[in-house]
Amino acid sequence: MSLLNRIAALYVDGFRNMTIGRSLWALIIIKLIIFFAVIKLLFFPDVLATNYDDDASRADAVRQSLSSER
Amino acid sequence: MNDLIGVVDWSRAQFALTAMYHWLFVPLTIGLALIVAIMETIYVRTGNERWKNITKFWMTLFGINFAVGVATGLILEFEFGTNWSNYSWFVGDIFGAPLAIEGIVAFFMEATFVAVMFFGWNKVSKGFHLASSWLTAVGVCLSAMWILIANAWMQYPVGMKFDPAQMRNVMDDFFAVALSPVAVNKFFHAVACSWVLGGVFVLGVSSWLMLKRRNIEVAKDSIKVGSVVGLVGILATCYTGHGSAVVVSEVQPMKLAAMEGLYEGSVGQSIVAFGVLKPDAEKTPDDPMLFSIDIPKGLSYLIYADGDSFVPGINDLIAGRTITAEGDTVYGQSYEEKMALGMNVRKALADYGMAKKTGDEAAMKAAADAVAKDFDNFGYGYLESPEDAVPPVGMSFYAFHIMVYAGGLLLLVLLVTVWFAWYRSRYLEKTWFCVIGILSVAAAWICGEAGWVLAEVGRQPWVIQNLMPTNAAISGIQPSSVQLTFWIFALVFTALLIAEVSIMLRYISRASKSDIATNH
Repeated sequence: MSLLNRIAALYVDGFRNMTIGRSLWALIIIKLIIFFAVIKLLFFPDVLATNYDDDASRADAVRQSLSSER
Repeated sequence: MNDLIGVVDWSRAQFALTAMYHWLFVPLTIGLALIVAIMETIYVRTGNERWKNITKFWMTLFGINFAVGVATGLILEFEFGTNWSNYSWFVGDIFGAPLAIEGIVAFFMEATFVAVMFFGWNKVSKGFHLASSWLTAVGVCLSAMWILIANAWMQYPVGMKFDPAQMRNVMDDFFAVALSPVAVNKFFHAVACSWVLGGVFVLGVSSWLMLKRRNIEVAKDSIKVGSVVGLVGILATCYTGHGSAVVVSEVQPMKLAAMEGLYEGSVGQSIVAFGVLKPDAEKTPDDPMLFSIDIPKGLSYLIYADGDSFVPGINDLIAGRTITAEGDTVYGQSYEEKMALGMNVRKALADYGMAKKTGDEAAMKAAADAVAKDFDNFGYGYLESPEDAVPPVGMSFYAFHIMVYAGGLLLLVLLVTVWFAWYRSRYLEKTWFCVIGILSVAAAWICGEAGWVLAEVGRQPWVIQNLMPTNAAISGIQPSSVQLTFWIFALVFTALLIAEVSIMLRYISRASKSDIATNH
């Protein structure tokens, strides 16, 4: 068996024979969906990347923010 | 202004919540990875299948914690971009580079070798499997290292130049960033503290097994390994903790003063062994303690290895006052003067922006030079009064002392445990000792969390020491949105914690009913 096949078999057999690992993977997938599809998408936009088109205007915005009276 | 305070406070609370939850998982991953690797080494060296099964038992607990904890740190990166956009932009590649390296190298290293650890039994050679376990242990430390380097830079910004055109700090000396005394101490302190938690966790679970009178010999053998790792860890934690305090006295003297509740410093400064601060301690700087037991000259000796040296207090630092070895009072730069210099930088930045708009190259250069001249005091330009540079003294003081007491308790417990485990193993089975073993797990977590509270609260108001206070780092977002996500995180992370604890308890309970040593 080639090295690549052996590596693939290691993962396939490993996932197939998991016991407690199944619930852990379910937990990881649910967690990642909540993090990326809900929290990141709905609540955590990158403020500068969203509001400004390029790095120069982002730098100007930060300069304006940091040099003005707050 | 009220909205700004609301956003700053809620964003800080949110960051604290997520970071503290994250730190519940990380140190256990680091500590257990090492213990598992050591146990497997014993198996490979002795060829005893019993140790293979013991290794698998602890490896499964490591896996549960790894699975629940993985990616919880990503939330912190979301917060940088949304809540702390000024900060994120300002730090530039100094923060981004270590985090990117962490994500690419360490994560993939862990992901590869963790898979071999769990899936590779009887499929790869013993040596390769063992190497994978050790590389996982190294990989989790490397992950932590890059994050801690980034954090250390915030406490002690070095190795960079500020570019007013990009409005970013540009790294010009990677090794100054990676090997700064703060980074080195912080890394070894955090890793050693994680070994303590790993060792104490093994002690706690094993104590539970002995209380239940199940798998007693497995528990005793596990404690032998766990207690030695824990003891080495706590000794290293004490050593690096002392190193951290010495570095703090040099780069964050205000944090040192706050953690000791020290308003008026003196020559031959005592250290508070136990004390309670007055609620309005700042109004009685000569006597801020309601009650205290002091060790004479202790702080001077610990920090400078000289019992007669001067340790500045909060008011000394604000006034720029110090007392020389000859006993002369000398005044350096006061915080008021630093505030004026910081204000100059802010004005120069505004001038730079105006000059850029009109395309006046000469004015831009003049403004850039003015920024560079006083940049070290930039952050002071945002303070409304010198007292704004004082961190929350009560929280710093109690976090420091709780950390020290918990660490002292763990040192004692681990010393006794090593002695019992190797020379008087019958005592390990005593109910009172099992209860101590289980309770020690909580002490280890409290110790680590208190250490982080001290590190992060004690450096307030700075998000980057002397360069950027938290109120300048914040984005122009609504407090209500931060409040909402705060509660979402509280909910999600609490659910994750409950999931971890319940999966672990279920697994421990189920495994304990079989013979762990033979896996039957």
